[in-house]
Amino acid sequence: MYAVFQLLGYFQDYQLTWSYLLDQLVAGLTLGSVYGLIAIGYSMVYGILKLLNFAHGEVFMIGSYIGYFVLTWLGGAADPSLPIAVVIALMFIAAMLGAGLLGVVIERFAYRPLREKRAPRIAPLISALGVSFFLQQLAVICFGSAPKQYDSYSFDAGSLFTRISIGPFEIQYMQIFVIVVTAVLMLGLTIFVARTQVGRAMRATSFDLEAASMMGIDVDRVIVVTFLIGSALAGAAGVMNGLIFQNVDPYVGFQVGLVAFAAAVIGGIGSIPGAMLGGLAIGLGRTFAVGYVSSAYQDVIVFAILIVFLLLRPSGIFGVPAPSKV
Amino acid sequence: MSDVPPTEPTGPQIGADEWVARSDEHAEAPRGLVGRARGVFERVPKPVVFLFAFALVAFIPVATSQTDNDIYFLRVGTVALVFALLALGLNVAVGFAGLLDLGYIAYYGVGAYGYAMLSSDKFGLHWQAWQSIIVVVAVSALLGFLLALPSRRLVGDYLAIVTLFFGQIFYVFVTQGYRVSFLGLNNDLGFDRANWDLTGGPNGIANVDRFTAFGFTASSERAYFYVTLTAVVVVFAGLSLVNRSRTGRAWRALHDDTLAAQAMSVPVNWLKLMAVGVGAAIAALAGTINSALLQGAFPDDYNTQVLIVIYVMVILGGSGSLAGAVLGAVVVSVFMFEGLRPQTPISEWTFNGRWVFYGGILLVLVVAIRPWRRLAAILAGVVAFGIAMHAIVAATTTKGTDGLLNTGPEEFGEGGWLGWLIRNWLALPADTYAQGTKTPFNIALVGLIALVLCLTLIRGWKRDVLLVPTIWLAGFVWETRLVLEASGPTRLLLLGAILVILMTARPQGLLGKPRVEIV
Repeated sequence: MYAVFQLLGYFQDYQLTWSYLLDQLVAGLTLGSVYGLIAIGYSMVYGILKLLNFAHGEVFMIGSYIGYFVLTWLGGAADPSLPIAVVIALMFIAAMLGAGLLGVVIERFAYRPLREKRAPRIAPLISALGVSFFLQQLAVICFGSAPKQYDSYSFDAGSLFTRISIGPFEIQYMQIFVIVVTAVLMLGLTIFVARTQVGRAMRATSFDLEAASMMGIDVDRVIVVTFLIGSALAGAAGVMNGLIFQNVDPYVGFQVGLVAFAAAVIGGIGSIPGAMLGGLAIGLGRTFAVGYVSSAYQDVIVFAILIVFLLLRPSGIFGVPAPSKV
Repeated sequence: MSDVPPTEPTGPQIGADEWVARSDEHAEAPRGLVGRARGVFERVPKPVVFLFAFALVAFIPVATSQTDNDIYFLRVGTVALVFALLALGLNVAVGFAGLLDLGYIAYYGVGAYGYAMLSSDKFGLHWQAWQSIIVVVAVSALLGFLLALPSRRLVGDYLAIVTLFFGQIFYVFVTQGYRVSFLGLNNDLGFDRANWDLTGGPNGIANVDRFTAFGFTASSERAYFYVTLTAVVVVFAGLSLVNRSRTGRAWRALHDDTLAAQAMSVPVNWLKLMAVGVGAAIAALAGTINSALLQGAFPDDYNTQVLIVIYVMVILGGSGSLAGAVLGAVVVSVFMFEGLRPQTPISEWTFNGRWVFYGGILLVLVVAIRPWRRLAAILAGVVAFGIAMHAIVAATTTKGTDGLLNTGPEEFGEGGWLGWLIRNWLALPADTYAQGTKTPFNIALVGLIALVLCLTLIRGWKRDVLLVPTIWLAGFVWETRLVLEASGPTRLLLLGAILVILMTARPQGLLGKPRVEIV
């Protein structure tokens, strides 16, 4: 009993209130939405190509930069030349288009040649590492290694970050915005995959690539669409990340990408709802880690969650254990 | 392996094994002088060749005096050898056993920090070098074992994730390790201080002892060169013995087809643990040497960037080939790292990475373009195109075409005669850069990347034609943008590009053997 009391003494008083807990919960869900959107890209690509696309984090980073440049081009957050809603919408559209295009280019030039050559499994992984490194350093050269400021607190004198009360929660407009946009994108993606012709082709390809191609599905096109959608979602996540954390730097892709990657694995890599759920879990875990334990060791906590999952359920929450076929 | 996409129609016929279909190519011996020379070379026993090569390397310090310039040379050599050691270790996990170990850098760091803790003022322990090396290498190997233990069931990709995170965690621990406490309860538990400082945090550990053992102290650059060379020779010899042993064959079996190897009663899990453990031990050895060489251990020497560099070395040399790993390490650390430094005094007539850059382009052209008439036509086109561009720019703008070319002998103006050639070939803006606008050059850089990507799409004479402006643009981007950051992002950018290009063009690297994927 004394030990528990001692342990409670470790926390500050404010950390033991309900409102603090709820704040952490909301912040965790917001962060989790961003991770989830990135994780979907990892998961979709893995589902179809069985490839860990290490470059995905860098696509996210480039998306974030595109958002920043659109914002700067339109006058910056403090003095935008268009209504705020239009500015933010344009940032999202540009970032999603740019990131989507980048994803397609990466697939076309770094992965497809390997696929056509039937390279060993390890080759695309190494190629992905190379692309990731290349894009990161390209961003350092072109944009500088110092962070670029989104300065989103200046939007309409900070009203985006005003808190409103919904039931017991106190939520910033920004957090509502991020969660709602994520939900809308998720819903759109789910409908796209479930209802459309291309979505059906994607599911078929993910189930068995060879059989799908024998059934007349243009597998290369499906892969391009997958990269396009996954990367566009990462671009949207990049803008969200910039709006939430106010800035973007060339190394953010690697750090956030790694965490989102863990999210995809925890959710069950290859599964879209799994990626979202994994993202939320990791977002909550990380936020609570920062809020209650230590900001320095948040990566360690993500790693611990990942290891536990890999040991207990390697296929993740929604994944189906894949029987190895010979 | 049912997830492999269908064969291209250009491949061998259905039912024909690719290896068999191409057997004529393999059987055909290279003719001419090159072929005969290669035949003679292949008859010399391998150990003799390697002994000769290492003996040659061992003479480098003898041939130099202890002037500053030569000490710099020796340091470049020692660093290259440390990287060779690292590449050899990584080669065990990646090349032999086919495990994508992305936490490898952590073992290097464990070696460096372990030695720094045991043999420095940090904790007042001044252990002899042999004591700390033995302890640190053993601890690192054990760590490799422990990490591989939960991941032994994981397929390649998952192993990569876990190990990548492990490398990150190591970096976090090292940078945060200057205020370690037991759950923040040190005061309550009666320890003498609130935080312990284990790793020195971002500042690292300084004043690490030089190697001391049995009354000797290695303090000169030459001593470290020989220490490192000895380590490389011992590890190289050991690994080539292992490679030919039962274990080495089992590793290769694991690499080619884990499932089949398991069916043949190869102890797959144990071999994976061993590959990671052996690699970890070698990395830790390299870490101790680096720590004693720099007389300190600093976190940024052990981050993910360095990991990618080691990967490039192994892949470039040819994963699975020991000589390839050493060659890759030497090429990358000498040419990409020292050669690309803008101010490196490699000798009086090369004051920057220009030689490496243009030489590299020329080398690739010579190797890739046959016959020589085509090559000559392209080179002539490049020169003509450059001079034409220079003339056009000079005629249309007043901003000048003399660029900023840094340092070199003065007879030809800045940059030596090579600089003079380049200045009359490229149209370098005279003052734009001084005003701080980098945007046009950044756009040129992105344009260059787009052009290079386009080159991979087209074939035949169109490609040759497009090659001409691409090379010119590469020169332009290099002189205006890349050379300024050549010791930083540029070389890392090039390393990333090398990884991607190698994977598509020559996955077996320089010395590796091409693998036949059996489906």
